[in-house]
Amino acid sequence: MLEQLIELMNRLNVNMLNWLPEAASTYAPAIDEVFYIIYIITGLAFLLVTVVMFWCLLRFKARPGRRARYSHGNVALELIWTIVPTIVFLGIFFYSQSTWSIIKYPSEFPESSVQVRVVAKQFAWEFHYPGPDGEFDTEDDKMFDGDMVVPVNQVVGLTLRGSDVIHSFFVPEFRLKQDILPRRDIPAWFNATKTGRFETPCAELCGPGHSGMKGWVNVYSDAEYQAWVAEQWPAPVDTGVEEMGQEDMPQGGVDPMDQEDSGQADTAQ
Amino acid sequence: MSESSAATHAGHHREGFVKHYFFSLDHKMIGRQFLFTGLFMLVIGGLLAMMVRWQLGYPEEPLPFMGGFSEDFWDGESWWAQTAPFGIVTSEFYNTLFTMHATIMIFFVVMPIMIGGFGNFLVPICIGAKDMAFPTLNMLSYWTFVPGVLLMLLSFFVPGGAAGGGWTSYAPLAAVPDYAGVEGHWGVTLWCISLFIIGFSSLMGSINYITTIINMRAPGMRLFRMPLTIWSLFIVAILLLLALPVLTSALAMMVFDRLFGTNFFIPDGGGEPLLWQHLFWFFGHPEVYVLVLPAMGVTSDVLSTFARKPIFGYRAMVYSMCAIAFLSWVVWGHHMFQSGMDPVLGTAFTLTTMLIAVPSAIKTFNWLGTLWGSSIRFTTAMWFALGFVSLFTIGGLSGIFMASTPVDIFIHDTYYIVAHIHYVVAGIIFGIFAGLYFWFPKMFGRMMSETLGKLHFLLTFVFFNLTFFPMHFLGVGGHMRRIYNPEQYEFLQPWQEMNTFITMMALCLGASQIFFAINFIGSLIWGRRAEDNPWEANTLEWDAPSPPPHGNFLEDPVVYRGAYEYSSPEVEEDWLPQSVYLEPAVAGEEGHD
Repeated sequence: MLEQLIELMNRLNVNMLNWLPEAASTYAPAIDEVFYIIYIITGLAFLLVTVVMFWCLLRFKARPGRRARYSHGNVALELIWTIVPTIVFLGIFFYSQSTWSIIKYPSEFPESSVQVRVVAKQFAWEFHYPGPDGEFDTEDDKMFDGDMVVPVNQVVGLTLRGSDVIHSFFVPEFRLKQDILPRRDIPAWFNATKTGRFETPCAELCGPGHSGMKGWVNVYSDAEYQAWVAEQWPAPVDTGVEEMGQEDMPQGGVDPMDQEDSGQADTAQ
Repeated sequence: MSESSAATHAGHHREGFVKHYFFSLDHKMIGRQFLFTGLFMLVIGGLLAMMVRWQLGYPEEPLPFMGGFSEDFWDGESWWAQTAPFGIVTSEFYNTLFTMHATIMIFFVVMPIMIGGFGNFLVPICIGAKDMAFPTLNMLSYWTFVPGVLLMLLSFFVPGGAAGGGWTSYAPLAAVPDYAGVEGHWGVTLWCISLFIIGFSSLMGSINYITTIINMRAPGMRLFRMPLTIWSLFIVAILLLLALPVLTSALAMMVFDRLFGTNFFIPDGGGEPLLWQHLFWFFGHPEVYVLVLPAMGVTSDVLSTFARKPIFGYRAMVYSMCAIAFLSWVVWGHHMFQSGMDPVLGTAFTLTTMLIAVPSAIKTFNWLGTLWGSSIRFTTAMWFALGFVSLFTIGGLSGIFMASTPVDIFIHDTYYIVAHIHYVVAGIIFGIFAGLYFWFPKMFGRMMSETLGKLHFLLTFVFFNLTFFPMHFLGVGGHMRRIYNPEQYEFLQPWQEMNTFITMMALCLGASQIFFAINFIGSLIWGRRAEDNPWEANTLEWDAPSPPPHGNFLEDPVVYRGAYEYSSPEVEEDWLPQSVYLEPAVAGEEGHD
């Protein structure tokens, strides 16, 4: 149903949402769907108001000898245009809510297999990895300036940490945006569905260098990601490095996200 | 007490020039003072917007008309050479430009014109009173406003420039001077003090409006016979009375954080940055309705007058304004969905936000109901009222997107929001123009040119939409707001042509206002003398001479009916003023005027 409507809008050349950046996370299509539904509902409402208004302007221009209808209202009509919008708005509320809670309620977050701490400061992003021990603030932590590397099709858990003013972590292709507050850790997550290099601007005004404060999320295939991990945390000789497709490789000391249940979490997705 | 003080100064005595034009106690002169101040600030706020657009359309290229300055000038120490070296907008100056543009447009243009200007002029005269309840307080309200204006303008010239933390001035960026990255901390501090001062001005005004409307209505002017403009101003006055102390307190806390070492909003000292956002938006969302309700009121009155038809669902219009006013207290969190506030709260605020959309929808449909079966006179005022309805429709509908939490994740802090706020808040300017073209004859005793007016409307409407509608596309493309140079981002490269196009349209929109300036100033001097009731309207102000003398009415008016008796079968004409007495069951006209 929605596809046909989108197709129709494309044919009529009125599909504003064609301008959306490509959807590259698991929840991006869900957000786009809500976006489309609201776009169609509001588009129809706009059409209705505009058509009625133009009709009135053409039809009811003052002419000699014709008098306006003396009427103070119509209770039935007013009830209709009170009740119908109420139902529509409540429908949009419930429809939005299910998507919102999946993305933003911490209680509903999926288990993550990769952990990254994002530190925002005027005017740069720092991406911290816990290293092979899976624990932050230990010796094997590594920090990357402006570039985050994550594997495709895996849940990445983010800890957003501020240091000075408010920033906002924005990845347009993932439909991810979350403000970052100083001295507070805010959790977020994404699961990228496409490999590539995605820009991550700061979306909240943070001072004179706000414009241009940006970084990159590099989404690698599993093989590339494992190679990258092996390069960053050279392991003592070990046999643990497996081939692609097998995410659960907790042993071997090459996976920085070495958390107890990461393997199970992936398959649960 | 109020009655007597109004009565004593309402006599037709001569005053000196200064007393008449500067320290007048007459509500109409005070209204004109607010109007002229607001129009002057509109020019300033508009020019700031032009510079913002220039930087976005032509990033880091010199502003136009900069060729005239010599090399020596740019080497010099002058304010302009320091602020915009070689005519190029710096990122610090850019932040100042959009911050001050929004601040000025909201607090120094829409509020003074709508509430200070129309409010002062119309409230007493439309309810049949001779003046405000407290004329001296009224004068004081204007003269408290003036130092606020001067401080805000002065702040451009302090070291470090004017405030650059956005009109929302989020802490800690605005609470800690060091984070601003400019030398000199006076910009944001003066911003706070200026808004603190004009808060008192608005409080004085709102106390006056509420008292006047409750106590000083003419005989027969029941609350439910008042024109919707007066209803909207009444509700707005109550909102201001309750909302402004919140902003004023928050501003005081911000100044304490900046100057005296407190930590209300600074986490390093144990403060909470989100507290500022909660306080600001607890004021800020009612404020949005403070801005838009009078425009809705004016639009209702202008539509009904020129449709020659009673307003559709008068009581529903009043009740929906009351509902908007009440619900406006419980929707502030929709500005903070992505702020780090508990996402469960986001759910609650979505629900209330969806509910507040209902009365707005009712109003729009009632305007259409007013047009249906009408007999429209296409005056300039009518065109602007129709323009307001169509822009408000777009602005209202685009608001539903950001009320939906998941969609807001993507469009929050993008140009989608910028498009939305301009369709709503800059759309209010259409309401202001509708009111100005409508009441100009009453305010100044002369007619404006309809030809120039219609040209002004056509150009403004076309360029407004060409400027702000494409901003929705930018927002859908992910274009962030408040960025200095979009070319710094790879994913925004394809949007630069659109940015340039918007800038050209915005410059045309600004230039179109020259026709208004010519019309307004020209009509003040050379306009045809206005009759008492040139639009054949019903409300009491049209009973008074144009312009009304001190004390407003030659005879005290008595009100017999509601404000919207157009095309009534009881009389031959298609209007029936509120003050005209009709013999019961006899369709003969008999009245004062």
